[in-house]
Amino acid sequence: MASVTLSEVRKAYSGFAVIHGIDLEVQSGEFLVLVGPSGCGKSTLLRMIAGLEEITDGTISIADRIVNDLPASQRNLSMVFQSYALYPHMSVRKNLAFGLSNLRMPKDEIQRRVADAARILQIEELLERKPRQLSGGQKQRVAIGRAIVREPQLFLFDEPLSNLDAELRVQMRVELAGLYNRLGTTMIYVTHDQTEAMTMATRIAVLNKGNLEQIGTPYELYNAPKNLFVASFIGSPKMNLLSGKATGNKIELPGFGALAFVGAAGEMTVGVRPEHLSIGEPDGRRAEGTVTLVEYLGSEVFIYVALIDGQTLLAQAPGNASYKRGDKVHLSFRGADAHFFDSKGLRIEAPR
Amino acid sequence: MTDVSASTTAEIAREYRAERARRAKRAAVLKHIFLALTSLIMIYPLIWMLAASLKPDTQIFGDIGLWPGTFEWQNYAQGWNALPVSFTTFFWNSTVVTVLSVVGNVISCSFAAYAFARLEFSGKTIWFALMMMTLMIPYHVVLIPQYILFMNLGWVDTYLPLIVPKFLAGDAFFIFLMIQFFRQLPRELDEAAMIDGCSPFKIYWAIIMPLSLPAMATAAIFSFIWTWEDFLGPLVYLNDQADYTVPLALRSFISSDGVSQYGPMFAMSILSILPILLFFIVFQRLIIRGIAMSGLK
Ligand SMILES: Nc1ncnc2c1ncn2[C@@H]1O[C@H](COP(=O)(O)OP(=O)(O)OP(=O)(O)O)[C@@H](O)[C@H]1O
Ligand SMILES: [Mg+2]
Repeated sequence: MASVTLSEVRKAYSGFAVIHGIDLEVQSGEFLVLVGPSGCGKSTLLRMIAGLEEITDGTISIADRIVNDLPASQRNLSMVFQSYALYPHMSVRKNLAFGLSNLRMPKDEIQRRVADAARILQIEELLERKPRQLSGGQKQRVAIGRAIVREPQLFLFDEPLSNLDAELRVQMRVELAGLYNRLGTTMIYVTHDQTEAMTMATRIAVLNKGNLEQIGTPYELYNAPKNLFVASFIGSPKMNLLSGKATGNKIELPGFGALAFVGAAGEMTVGVRPEHLSIGEPDGRRAEGTVTLVEYLGSEVFIYVALIDGQTLLAQAPGNASYKRGDKVHLSFRGADAHFFDSKGLRIEAPR
Repeated sequence: MTDVSASTTAEIAREYRAERARRAKRAAVLKHIFLALTSLIMIYPLIWMLAASLKPDTQIFGDIGLWPGTFEWQNYAQGWNALPVSFTTFFWNSTVVTVLSVVGNVISCSFAAYAFARLEFSGKTIWFALMMMTLMIPYHVVLIPQYILFMNLGWVDTYLPLIVPKFLAGDAFFIFLMIQFFRQLPRELDEAAMIDGCSPFKIYWAIIMPLSLPAMATAAIFSFIWTWEDFLGPLVYLNDQADYTVPLALRSFISSDGVSQYGPMFAMSILSILPILLFFIVFQRLIIRGIAMSGLK
């Protein structure tokens, strides 16, 4: 187990900066999930921590030791790649043992560790197979096995589940979470998947265009996003964003009317999550609109409502709600559920 | 009513299938006749040589027919010892030069290719361009400068000029072939190996090379053929008949005393082809196995 500290880490590819000075502290034993849109630098950051990519500027330390110039093999970490990167010409057993034999570990110790990992991951009967004889999920297990046999102080995962089908992904997610509880090793995990991020993370770090937007527990990110980017990135379906004008003690929201709000003036954005938009309730601020699309998901229904000014909002209703296209409805939300952002997109705490 | 129409539909479908099968068969027959004819044209000189190696000298150029009237098996026995030095020596010489060349080429060219494909070093693009340029220079242009170089080194009349350059990654064609192959291998394999504690050499040795057997085998086969058949190199650098390789020795049949022994010469020519054939058969398996293994992802 080790902590990881990044300070002012930058990366540029032949002069073109892709990571713009990131400060990040990962506590020992923490499960940190890195999320962000495609191309924002998640993999680059992870690969710099792994030692596969040069650091242009700044320092990275693992277990309080600066590792900038330490080769990957000496950082005492394991990495699981998106494509698994199993050695195609080696049996599963050899794949697991390869790193250990490079460390000149005694044979019986290697055998013990491989057997342990195989048992934990239930791949014992696959040990003599070649990677090409495995299914996607089995390859994934072997890749994780190869990471855990080394008993490293840090695990790095780069979208390890993205090549699996939906069902297997859920299963592996649960298993990974179980593995984390069992090992307690520090993990840094890159993913595109909201559910993976929300369910597995101790904390989530949101990256955007090479900058760290916010880091916090899933609860913090969901309930108190620091800025518009985090607000719209975290949560699926997305938060509804309404633009309004603040005048001293209230905000004028098109459609909804005035909303009491003290402490800001000028252009504002008000965010309301779909589950906080209720339909047809008479109290509170109401806006009139027309249902344009209904998505039935079983346990809930997503209802797209076009307001009179053309803006489309998404509301979530229980699965038994019966709305259909063309229905005229009233939308409302409670002021306490709304998020407020100033003209620069930064969060303003509503005075309670 | 419905029954009848159903049975006719089935009949039409059967008829249609049969017609299609007939047509496919005709096409296949034509294709095979064409291929057989072309192969015959390609292989004719070889058959001619085989026939000639079994004919008495008088019949070789006089007789139009391929089939030898009498089988002169002693052409082989005679040919083997027809020259002052026996062919045992020539085959041994060729084997030494060829085996060392193949080993040298495969090792050194794959090292160079690995460096170009995977390692970072300064001036990489320039070195690469230089290497590719050597592909365009004909051998005959460098022959004389090379000869002078080796003469100054005192290597003329030894095998060194034929072998040592092969250990110095001199063949850009093989390097290029291997670079192309290495580049297809996912880099994540290297990276996984790096994390697993491999040095660059260990990555080459334990990951890249075993996965590149098809490229290695291809290089080995070509290297074997080119070295075994090489006439000019040995002609320039070898003076003592006892050092001759097989192609040079074959040539001696004509020039030795004016009276050419064609039968024995063709017999030895046939024998000189066998090693290439054997080598190809053995190594070509690696190419096929490699292709079967290339389902990397
Ligand atoms: N070797 C490279 N050379 C030049 N630019 C690169 C290189 N690798 C990555 N980049 C650039 O760096 C940026 C970040 O890439 P990175 O792979 O880290 O994104 P990512 O967040 O992992 O995206 P994804 O979610 O699609 O995997 C991208 O704009 C990419 O084009
Ligand atoms: Mg990535």
